[in-house]
Amino acid sequence: MSVAPPLLAVEGLSKSYGGIHAVRGVSFSLRAGEILALIGPNGAGKSTCFDMLNGQNKPDTGHVRLLGEETTGKRPREIWRLGVGRTFQITATFATMTVRENVQVALISHGNQLFNLFGSAPNFDRGEAGRLLELVGMGGYADRPCGELAYGDLKRLELAVALANQPKLLLMDEPTAGMAPRERVDLMRLTAQIAREKSIGVLFTEHDMDVVFEHADRIIVLNRGTLIAEGSPAEVRSNPQVQAVYLGEGLLYDAEHREGAST
Amino acid sequence: MAFYVVQFLTGLASAASLFLVASGLSIIFGVTRIVNFAHGAFYMIGAYIAFTLTEQLSGALGFWGGIVVAAFAVALIGVIVEMVLLRRIYHAPELFQLLATFGLTLMVEDLVVLIWGPDDLVGRRAPGFKGAVDFFGQNIPSYDLFLIVLGPVVLGILWLLFQRTRWGVLVRAATQDRDMVAALGVNQKWLFTSVFAVGVFLAALGGALQIPRDAVHHAMDLRIIVEVFVVVVIGGLGSIVGAFVAAVLVSELNAFGILIFPKISIILVFLVMAVVLIVRPWGLFGKPEAAARKTPGLTVDPWRPLTSNERLAALAALVIAAMLPLFAGNYVLTVGSEIAIFVIFAVSLHFLMSVGGLASFGHAAYFGLGAYGVAFLAKMAGLPMVVCLLLGPLLGCMGAAVFGFFAVQLSGVYFAMLTLAFAQIVWSIAFQWVSVTGGDNGILGVWPSSWAARPSHFYWLALGVAALVTAALRAMVFSPFGYALRATRDSPLRSEAVGINAKRIQWTAFVIAGTTAGIGGALFAYLKGSVFPDNLGISLSVDALVMVLLGGVETVSGAVIGAIVYKALNIWLVSQTDLSKLVLGGFIVLIVVVFPKGIVGMLEMLAQRRRKSSPPGSPLLAKPIESAE
Repeated sequence: MSVAPPLLAVEGLSKSYGGIHAVRGVSFSLRAGEILALIGPNGAGKSTCFDMLNGQNKPDTGHVRLLGEETTGKRPREIWRLGVGRTFQITATFATMTVRENVQVALISHGNQLFNLFGSAPNFDRGEAGRLLELVGMGGYADRPCGELAYGDLKRLELAVALANQPKLLLMDEPTAGMAPRERVDLMRLTAQIAREKSIGVLFTEHDMDVVFEHADRIIVLNRGTLIAEGSPAEVRSNPQVQAVYLGEGLLYDAEHREGAST
Repeated sequence: MAFYVVQFLTGLASAASLFLVASGLSIIFGVTRIVNFAHGAFYMIGAYIAFTLTEQLSGALGFWGGIVVAAFAVALIGVIVEMVLLRRIYHAPELFQLLATFGLTLMVEDLVVLIWGPDDLVGRRAPGFKGAVDFFGQNIPSYDLFLIVLGPVVLGILWLLFQRTRWGVLVRAATQDRDMVAALGVNQKWLFTSVFAVGVFLAALGGALQIPRDAVHHAMDLRIIVEVFVVVVIGGLGSIVGAFVAAVLVSELNAFGILIFPKISIILVFLVMAVVLIVRPWGLFGKPEAAARKTPGLTVDPWRPLTSNERLAALAALVIAAMLPLFAGNYVLTVGSEIAIFVIFAVSLHFLMSVGGLASFGHAAYFGLGAYGVAFLAKMAGLPMVVCLLLGPLLGCMGAAVFGFFAVQLSGVYFAMLTLAFAQIVWSIAFQWVSVTGGDNGILGVWPSSWAARPSHFYWLALGVAALVTAALRAMVFSPFGYALRATRDSPLRSEAVGINAKRIQWTAFVIAGTTAGIGGALFAYLKGSVFPDNLGISLSVDALVMVLLGGVETVSGAVIGAIVYKALNIWLVSQTDLSKLVLGGFIVLIVVVFPKGIVGMLEMLAQRRRKSSPPGSPLLAKPIESAE
């Protein structure tokens, strides 16, 4: 009996820069509709790992598979075509275009109309663009120049753009970085809601532990390039190794001490 | 064998001057991020002043002293230019900086003719290096040997300057991160000024040292600047070692290329440059450039298609223009045709520049190729005018397809320099390949068929094509392709992340723009009845840039207005003064400094201000919407 492959399967991913092992043998998987957080202290290899998933960086060894299809070494635009939407740590949008036009560009690309020279772009999939903007709560902003949006709204616009190709997987690099606390909660709640409704898998990196523990179904923890823990928020929170990494040696000593005492 | 050695040494000697000029350009770029188009002009002034000084002063001391004093004098001019002009445009977009320094170049070209006259000046030989050294029966001028030694010596001095002095450390730091250097309390103004002075000094020294080898003339600036651009593209902008290696490489390619392709030796240099750009787009010794900084607030207002009223107004303007033959004479109609053709040319560049964000400094190449295409078809194949007009632009299309493929691999100043170099290569071929192109004599007798021969008929033809082309390109701005093109301009990162192959989109835009320019060129050949290398020269490329800029880069169709105003002004100016380059150059500098949004941009801004001040709730004050839950 064949088991359906997971949405995203990462196997033995490694990357070195010179003598430094940025990422070493990282493996994990992600189911449809699941929200997975990738966390770790600065320099843990989160960004390197993330960039190898979205095609901006090529792994030395290891595989990334999307629904069983190999995506290792593919370009970002090819990975997007396989149904992966993404948002950036620092938003990347088309600053001179309106909010709606930003979404329309993604829709045009999704509809393979990029080389359509004489069609009317302002009317291209206007309805779908509007629906996507409504979905992220930006419906009233459609005609605003993207360049004058507040940062939190830009993040939401990015989410709408990332959803334009009806992705199976969303990759979000520090989705709430640079946002006010309330905006963070709103954005992640919105993301979680959309992901569950549309059964989209979400992988996100994040520094804010409140965001992580509240919204992630599962968490994987990187430290010095290796995966040190994986599990539900409760499991990860109580993992002594994770506590050591985040809170310092004092707790590690404490944990070891207790371990020694129990044997 | 001896012959090849001598050829090699000649190449090395030529490399010295090229290196001096290129390293100056590189240093200036490294710190100020300005690609100093006027660098060739400083080189030329250096040669002219050195010529005068070495003629006036006698003896060995007079000669060498004259050369050094000339370089210092030009450096002083450079300081003045930096303080008066460049300081105003450090934060302007790259394109504006290139244009301002180009305007300066134009002014200098007329000024040197005004001061030193139009004739070639042959300077005196260098004292102590007048003879030649015998090398197995071949003569090597001893001055060449001096230059061969000088190149590495200057490289060494520069190295010491940058490694061992406080100033050098600051310059290297600023090259890496000038904002950080400023934040550390370094007086950036004077750092920039001193760097500019050193760069200009090197350029002028390079020019002055050429006196014993070459005649001084008023077109030497453009020749050297193209070679220097090729050198820095190959060597990597900002790298002095790169400039040295590439200068040697280019000079040797020139020296030996003459033996292989006597007529079109520049092809060899072009091939090497193409290979380098494919393998290492940032040059042999350069570093990958971080994404070009976005100029904040450049374009805030999103473009929109014309409303039906505006469409009617445009149509009315067209109808009025079409009625010109009812009351104007033949001369006015010919001028009108020329303006219509330049509208085609300008909107084609505008499409590439404004919509695609790719500022081509060699767009005339495709205009000229269209013109030559028509000339070949009409004169050699004897095809009728309609066929020629349809097929001629295909030569522009093919040229754009080949060159555009390489050019879009780069962006920003590299793109500008590469397109300029390509255009110069096409120009050299048209100029040198006499048996096919007629060289300087051009191809004459390209006359329209009888149906288009009357000035009024030709005017209607040109006007009709211009209107069609403008409307078509405008439609493309608002087509799915146009959106994709704007997307690649606004954010390469985001467009890649939504599945857009930016290079292919940009390449397509380049081919569209090149073909459109070719259509203009094809009409131009029939208007003038002839084709000359000037039809694809640098000055024509710059005309196009100025037209776009004058109309407004940030507008959708400003180039139309820009072309009409500029061309009319230009035709009038040439009939009024001999110093048209001086006036034109001054005009360009003026636009960049005081009028950067162009005519249409200004009008739009004024209209918008009026619109914005009337409704009470401006969009900026709109309340943030409630979070979605």
